[in-house]
Amino acid sequence: MNFFILLALASALGAQAPGQAPNAGTAAGTAQATPAGNVENGKKIFAGYGCYECHGYVAQGGGAGPRLAPRPIAFAAFSRYLRRPTAQMPPYTSKVVSDKELADIYAFLQSIPEPPPARSIPQLNNPAR
Amino acid sequence: MAKSKDGPLNRRRFLKGAAVGAAALVTPAAAGGQQPQTTARGGAVLPSARALAVETEPVSTSVEVLTADHPGSDFMVDVIKSLGFEYIAANPGSSFRALHESIVNYGGNKNPELLTCCHEESSVAMADGYAKVEGKPMAVMAHSTVGLQHASMSVYNAFAGRTPVFIVLGNTIDAAARRPGVEWYHSAQDAAAMVRDYTKWDDLPISLTHFAESAVRAYKIALTPPRGPVVLVADSDLQETPVADLSRLHLPKLTLASPPAGDPIAVAAVARLLVAAENPVILGGTAIRTPEGMQLLVELAETLQAPVAGGKFPSNHPLSGAGQIRDADVILGLDVADLWGTVNNVRDQLERSTEPIAKKGVKLVSITANDLYIKSNYQDFQRYTEVDVAIAADPEATLPSLIDACKRLITADRRRFLDDRGKKLAAAHDRGIEQARTAATYGWDATPISTARLSAELWQAVKDKDWAMVGGAGSRLWNIDKHYQTLGGGGAAAVGSGLPIAVGAALAHRKHGRLAVSIQNDGDFMYAPGALWTAAHHRIPLLSVMHNNRAYHQEVMHIQRMANRHQRGITNAGIGTRIENPNIDFATIARGMGVHGEGPITDPKDLGPALRRAVEVVQRGEPALVDVVTQPR
Repeated sequence: MNFFILLALASALGAQAPGQAPNAGTAAGTAQATPAGNVENGKKIFAGYGCYECHGYVAQGGGAGPRLAPRPIAFAAFSRYLRRPTAQMPPYTSKVVSDKELADIYAFLQSIPEPPPARSIPQLNNPAR
Repeated sequence: MAKSKDGPLNRRRFLKGAAVGAAALVTPAAAGGQQPQTTARGGAVLPSARALAVETEPVSTSVEVLTADHPGSDFMVDVIKSLGFEYIAANPGSSFRALHESIVNYGGNKNPELLTCCHEESSVAMADGYAKVEGKPMAVMAHSTVGLQHASMSVYNAFAGRTPVFIVLGNTIDAAARRPGVEWYHSAQDAAAMVRDYTKWDDLPISLTHFAESAVRAYKIALTPPRGPVVLVADSDLQETPVADLSRLHLPKLTLASPPAGDPIAVAAVARLLVAAENPVILGGTAIRTPEGMQLLVELAETLQAPVAGGKFPSNHPLSGAGQIRDADVILGLDVADLWGTVNNVRDQLERSTEPIAKKGVKLVSITANDLYIKSNYQDFQRYTEVDVAIAADPEATLPSLIDACKRLITADRRRFLDDRGKKLAAAHDRGIEQARTAATYGWDATPISTARLSAELWQAVKDKDWAMVGGAGSRLWNIDKHYQTLGGGGAAAVGSGLPIAVGAALAHRKHGRLAVSIQNDGDFMYAPGALWTAAHHRIPLLSVMHNNRAYHQEVMHIQRMANRHQRGITNAGIGTRIENPNIDFATIARGMGVHGEGPITDPKDLGPALRRAVEVVQRGEPALVDVVTQPR
């Protein structure tokens, strides 16, 4: 998969950037529409159903898929995209992932904490200059 | 030298005749040591067949020739030496036994030095990696049929990567000269046929003069862009038949062809497009081979204040990686293997669909030597691209005239515009670095270890050394500013080639004192791990850092895609694709082959110290492996 496809994926499903303001399509903007989910089961499903394959075990993103957490996109958009992805991601239909399981996955994504700031990590502190 | 089949030194024919004569004289029972004795009437013992033969056969005046001062293979070594090979890689095989012996004894095992390989796939891949660094071929010896069959994947990989590899293939063409059994299985009437679809040239010399001329021709062909592997069959009879006088054979002069530069009219047209463009993008591809080439690419980019994506371009340069294909109005591809796939997207769903990434009306320019040479069967040439200007030439050789043509067209007004664009691109470049830095923080402390963490820790371990990547890739946070610090891509994505390519490239770096570093995939490693033993045996300094995601992960994702598409068993993608239960202990494998091995590293805090210890080992001239259990991607 080339770099440009990744960009398309990132824009479709990726988490919000740090400092990005919530809007009607974001998690904060549609909090009332977000079903309750089981974090532990969501974490288990995230690995068992193959989400980790492209997005990493802690949804950090990588060479094959965008970052999903922290600050996942709004549940409605998340759910819509998983059911009918418009880019490269394989579809997760209700036949293989229930709505309850989607909610659990989403709860897991919401539970993922913010990382330490780059300036606090010596290995990332202007490493290439 | 023409060889006489009837001459006194036709060893095989002589030995064959002697064997038949003996068979006629000795009965099977006699040969087994239980010689029957017949009693003649009167009690006298009749002589045995052997005794009878000794008594009655005429005394032979011929003496079997058992030794030779100079077999044909000695002259083959003279030819090989004349071409300047430093190394010749081989897994031993009887079809080139004379050449093997000549290299180590007649040739003194120096220039070329024989590299002991555990698999022909490794021999050729090592030569591939060496050539990517050194810019010239390593020789390889391969055994007929089974040996070349083993080698074939790496031959194809080198062909697709346009890498010169010089293969000497043993074979026994004379059916009457073959030993029974195995030598027949290991002979072919057209031994190079199986790789002819993905080699640039091959030949079957029938005399030493023919061998010499074809060897020099093959070398020249391999190094003429587009470069590629060549095969020269060394017939075993030609190798083993003695040469009466080596001095009477001639070593042909090698004159390499200068790489083709672009037609000036076409180059001028490209310059007009580039100078007039609002948002040009340069795709570096695999165009750059030399430090001078890297400087030329920088000069072109700075002349135009145009961004460069991919290829050998300094990663910290303000014009590195800052452009976007989707915004470009002119795209210049320099030896881009898959230009179509760079400007289009194929959606891998049940119904595959394509959509352009580049905007409508974009002008596409291709400069590549690949337009000069193409074959039919294997589809390494990728999808046909509708370009606006195609220059069939070597990009590096074309850059000087393209730069000059651009400079001539740039007015003072245009220079101001270009400089303004350059400032915007520099700002975008800086933002990209910051984004990469922030992205690396996600999953920083995760277990398995994130690939971003692995990359950052590795950079810390090598950044103050004279380092070179020989496998995998660093991240955008690495400062890549020398042409030898990356291999430059190219190849057929052949799993199993990564480890031996890294070993061969590390060997090329050794004499320059560079620290060779590879991020090594676990699945790739397991195809032919013996390449690591070759590194230990020949003291090739290589830091091999395992990206051990315990899977053929690309295939995990493919099976996942199929299961999701078929709406069943989405938890089963790991069956047949994951490499676990038991987990492979790569550090133990390394130590078992005489290589410093550490790991498996699962706690990210342990990674930095392990890498620093391994770097110390490599700097002492030894290979080292650090097994890192990683996130999948």
